[in-house]
Amino acid sequence: MLAFIIRRVLQSVLVMLVVALVSFSLFRFVGDPISSMVGQEASIADREALRDALGLNDPFLMQFIRFVGDAIQGNFGISYRLQQPVMELILSRLPATIELALVSGVMAFIFGVGFGVYTALRRKGWVSNTIMTVSLIGVSLPTFLIGVLLIWVFAVELQWLPSFGRGDVVDLGWWRTGFLTHSGRLSLILPAITLGLYQMTLIMRLVRAEMMEVLRTDYIKFARARGLTNRAVHFGHALKNTLVPVITITGLQLGSIIAFAIITETVFQWPGVGALFINSVRFVDVPVMAAYLMLIALIFVVINLIVDLLYYVVDPRLRVDRAKTRH
Amino acid sequence: MSDKTQTPVSRSWLFRAWDSDVAYSFRTSPVAIVAGFVALAIILLAILAPWIAPHNPYDPSTLNLMDGFTPPMEPNAFTGNVYWLGTDNQGRDIFSTLLYGARISLFVGFAAVLFAMVLGIAAGLAAGYRGGWVDSLLMRVADVQLSFPSILIALLIFGVARGFIPPAHRETMAIWVLIVAIGLSDWVQYARVVRGATMVEKNKEYVQAARVIGAHPLKILVRHILPNVMGPVLVIATIGLALAIIAEATLSFLGVGVPPTQPSLGTLIRIGQQYLFSGEWWILLFPSITLLALALAVNLLGDWLRDALNPRLR
Repeated sequence: MLAFIIRRVLQSVLVMLVVALVSFSLFRFVGDPISSMVGQEASIADREALRDALGLNDPFLMQFIRFVGDAIQGNFGISYRLQQPVMELILSRLPATIELALVSGVMAFIFGVGFGVYTALRRKGWVSNTIMTVSLIGVSLPTFLIGVLLIWVFAVELQWLPSFGRGDVVDLGWWRTGFLTHSGRLSLILPAITLGLYQMTLIMRLVRAEMMEVLRTDYIKFARARGLTNRAVHFGHALKNTLVPVITITGLQLGSIIAFAIITETVFQWPGVGALFINSVRFVDVPVMAAYLMLIALIFVVINLIVDLLYYVVDPRLRVDRAKTRH
Repeated sequence: MSDKTQTPVSRSWLFRAWDSDVAYSFRTSPVAIVAGFVALAIILLAILAPWIAPHNPYDPSTLNLMDGFTPPMEPNAFTGNVYWLGTDNQGRDIFSTLLYGARISLFVGFAAVLFAMVLGIAAGLAAGYRGGWVDSLLMRVADVQLSFPSILIALLIFGVARGFIPPAHRETMAIWVLIVAIGLSDWVQYARVVRGATMVEKNKEYVQAARVIGAHPLKILVRHILPNVMGPVLVIATIGLALAIIAEATLSFLGVGVPPTQPSLGTLIRIGQQYLFSGEWWILLFPSITLLALALAVNLLGDWLRDALNPRLR
């Protein structure tokens, strides 16, 4: 157990170092940091002096170590485009992304499990057929198209919901929340549906498959033989046993929700981290790109690590060769 | 049965293809026929775009700004020109831009899948046949990459590659960068499947026989093992094509894909979204339908192919 944890943590640290190397190479090889800092009038001697002062003439390894040290302290420098410290930019936009991801994640889980159970129990009905067909379209529809179509129907044609931004926000310390105002909650609906729909179909199909599998097993037959009500059999016995893989998959999907938030935030002009990243890619704003890369990698590595460790704790069968057979 | 075995030589390959299990499963599946028809129609229209399209959207001299925002099937208020699917803000015929856009989307999709396939197959064969450190290195890389969503990886590769390319070439190189980015984000699937299949195949008699004869490992891999692991690869490639088309559309929609001078379906949807609020719905609707039809058709074909090639379901 201990050896497994240590190996897994070391692996995570290694992944982070590789990502750090990629981020650092961005700084080193993409454009010249000096020319993006000084004006055109600066002489070559001035540039060289600045280069020396900033330690850009040091060996690669030295600079990399310094970069990692700064990164651990959360110092990613100043955005080329916005001229503000990158960490400040990211922190000010993080609440928006987290609130969006949280709402759509919870929504995807509740509706995914609900529809999944329903379609598994009533396989033949027209409601199930409709849900399954719609879910197939949901998987094929790109996220951005869902967003655009939702805007068209609910914001342009029906004019029920706002189509962009977060509405009115309230500051709770440094955390800027949209939960506390009516317009903030209204603006959350469309982006959350857009972001959660794909995950919902995924969870739904998983729950349906697992549920159908479990309903065939002996202990369900036995539970029925004992004369338990359908309700107790379906929810007390069947659903409980399908939820273990569902929860782990949902955990792993949290990372993708944050990644797909890039798309949703662009469609809805949501002032989150994803929109910041897209703009940094468009304008080749290296410090923001590097910091976002590290942040996302950290989130993914931590989630994967937790899920792996949880798996290890929950399912004794996997303890033997867990590391070899992931996915 | 006996008929077929007696006259194998005189039958043409076309007949043998028609007579195969896969073709039979295709003929008896209405979903596959419709999906195949839709996909084929879009692909043919895209390939033949220069001969079919009424206008050339890349040639600004044929455009008339007065024709802008013409609704579908209605004469333009100023010029009286009628367009099937209307025009966009610059007076480009939507039908023509659609054909050319689908051409770019399909080209990027096919090229990215091909790139990912070649890379993945090579890595998978090497890892599966060699084993040892090659295997563990490649599979560790695959593990790490698989834990990130591919659209994010494509975005990152695109961003990094753009940084390395001097600004003057960014527009012209964009489409190739896009292909490499999408391809690199998707090779892992192929590598894993090929690796698994190769590890099974390499212990079979025919491979051992080839080895005993003294055939070069490369020849064994390409001539003997590769044909036997291609089935699952084709399934992944079909579904991968749908994913690649969607990835391209997504990146272009985000404004980091192909340049606006050569709009793909994603770029067209991006343009359409801007005019949604002023009531010009047709600029958005038709590219969206085309993209959806293409992605859905290719997805359904992939689903069908997976079932058709799966011996357990026969």
